[in-house]
Amino acid sequence: MSDTVALLPDGTQHPADGFGGTAANRFDDAVAERASHRGREASGPRRRSWFARRPAAAASLLWLAVVLVAAVAPVLLAPGDPLAGVPADHLQAPSAAHWFGTDQIGRDLYTRVVHGTSLTISAASLAVAVGVVAGSAIGLLSGFAGGRTDAVLMRAADVLLAIPSLLLSLAVITALGFGTVNVAIAVGIASVASVSRIMRAEVIKVRGSAYVEAARASGNSWIRVLLRHVLPNSTGPVIALGVLEFGGAILAVSALSFLGYGAPAPAPEWGALVSGGRDFLRNAWWLTTFPGLVIALTVLAANRLARGLDTERTDGS
Amino acid sequence: MSTANSSRSAVARYVASRLGQAVIVLWAAYTVSFLVLYALPSDPVALKTGGDASDITPEQLAALKAKYGLDRPLLVQYVLRLGHALTGDLGTSIDTGRPVSQVIGEAIPPTLQLAGLGFAIAVLTGAALAVVATFVRSRALSTFLLGLPPLGVAIPAFWFGLILIQLFSFQLPLFPAMGDRGFPSLVLPSIALALPTGAMIAQLLSKSLTAALREPYIDTARAKGAGGARIHLGHALRNAALPALTVTGLIVGQLLSGTVVTETVFSRPGIGRVTATAVQQQDIPVVQGVVLFAAVVFVTVNLVVDLIYPLLDPRIELTSSPRRRRRPRAATPATTPAPAESTSVDIDAVLEEVR
Repeated sequence: MSDTVALLPDGTQHPADGFGGTAANRFDDAVAERASHRGREASGPRRRSWFARRPAAAASLLWLAVVLVAAVAPVLLAPGDPLAGVPADHLQAPSAAHWFGTDQIGRDLYTRVVHGTSLTISAASLAVAVGVVAGSAIGLLSGFAGGRTDAVLMRAADVLLAIPSLLLSLAVITALGFGTVNVAIAVGIASVASVSRIMRAEVIKVRGSAYVEAARASGNSWIRVLLRHVLPNSTGPVIALGVLEFGGAILAVSALSFLGYGAPAPAPEWGALVSGGRDFLRNAWWLTTFPGLVIALTVLAANRLARGLDTERTDGS
Repeated sequence: MSTANSSRSAVARYVASRLGQAVIVLWAAYTVSFLVLYALPSDPVALKTGGDASDITPEQLAALKAKYGLDRPLLVQYVLRLGHALTGDLGTSIDTGRPVSQVIGEAIPPTLQLAGLGFAIAVLTGAALAVVATFVRSRALSTFLLGLPPLGVAIPAFWFGLILIQLFSFQLPLFPAMGDRGFPSLVLPSIALALPTGAMIAQLLSKSLTAALREPYIDTARAKGAGGARIHLGHALRNAALPALTVTGLIVGQLLSGTVVTETVFSRPGIGRVTATAVQQQDIPVVQGVVLFAAVVFVTVNLVVDLIYPLLDPRIELTSSPRRRRRPRAATPATTPAPAESTSVDIDAVLEEVR
């Protein structure tokens, strides 16, 4: 569940870029270089004040850490029961007792948002995993096999790109049925095409390199070369894309659960929470405002960090 | 004489190859949607009749399946349905029993209004933001403006719509919160629909504008005495906007799928509403019809862009070789290869972000 979130700091530790220093170090320097427009060599002193220099990135990291805690151990942040309401306390405005207010049957909205985190985050993680694994496999095959296989697979990817991703997800949901897992699979399938294109481009780049030629010349089977040399060296951009897709996956999963295709009623999925507040827009603004704000902040933080990683990747290579 | 003939035949070949590719993509989109919707294990008839809880007899179930043609082998269904689709018959809605083409046809006008206004808002505000953000001298203002599009991309469209209703229908009763009653009811939904698209356009255009402003011809224009605004709008924007044209199909597709959420939030009739209901009812023929409709729109827009692009950018040479998407990289003369390359890479990056 937390796999993809854990990728954020780890995503750079792939062996692709023979670039010195730890992953964090390189990330810092890349961000710093972009900020100051100085293309100087990586050096020590700049790392020390990283958080002070990049408040947006630091805030994103902090927010995602909180989200991660909420997903893994929600009771740490909200000890209450997300499904039990106190009818006497229904539709109370935000207060010290109920930070996000209460809903129509007196359930604490803050507790529900915190306990819904794991549903939404794990669905988004599964979606990214489906997209990255399936897309990488197709891209790897396409880029390495070349020729007719490549042409057919990439035409298929083009067709998938011709269908808007939300509609593709909706078609998959229609076929598979409702539920959080199906929503996650549907969102993942919608991103397979773009991942496979990135992977293919990278594989084609790696395939032509000297060490791959050397590996094949020294008598390794092509499948061994593929798995031991090409795959580990072409995953960088795909992982960066996966991190980037994470924010989009949260949005897509929330939209689908807002439309009512996710987990059934009492489950506090973020999108479903916003949808549940729709009937009370006029007299209980907090019911839609807070869950949506949490979604927006999480997506913003994920995108912000992904962009940092992406800059590191493109500057580092 | 002979050159005129050959150039005319080159144009004809170009148009023919683009048309051929469009047809192939449509056929493939049909096949993909058929595979997803019909080959995956699901039983629309059982769903319609209430699943296993229903007291329907197996004979009645079989009769219903036969009525919708779901009892035949998959390949036979595929060929028959494709044949019907070619004649404009997209099957019958399992939910309502009406022809799918009629259901979709009726839903097009309200969606066209919504998406049309949304498109205009997205393009105008997105382009204005990009131009102003790259034009202003103040670094703080520029940073602030460039920080807006990532925000627009991160905000859930359904939530933004509800916030608009709260602010401008309930707090300030300016616009109706729902329904389809004339222009006022169109304002809030089209703003909500335009947000992610406008943010994407702003990101894309500000990146390509920044790249264009670093090109040598900008120095040339400046050396010849052109003013800042003239350089910005007359030179940089004209060159930066052309590559942005290639994503028009994607933008239209995004707007179309955005209507699913927007029309639900604002309780408006249209394609999006039809889609949401069809998915809710697992009405497979209607869902496939909408997917095909989206593919037709995407392919048509791309075809039009492909056909007018060479008229707008004389550097493009007509090739009939299949190419995924038209890129200036392929045709930009050797004098400016690097910037063109970086622009198209940026477009890709933005696309991945937005998808």
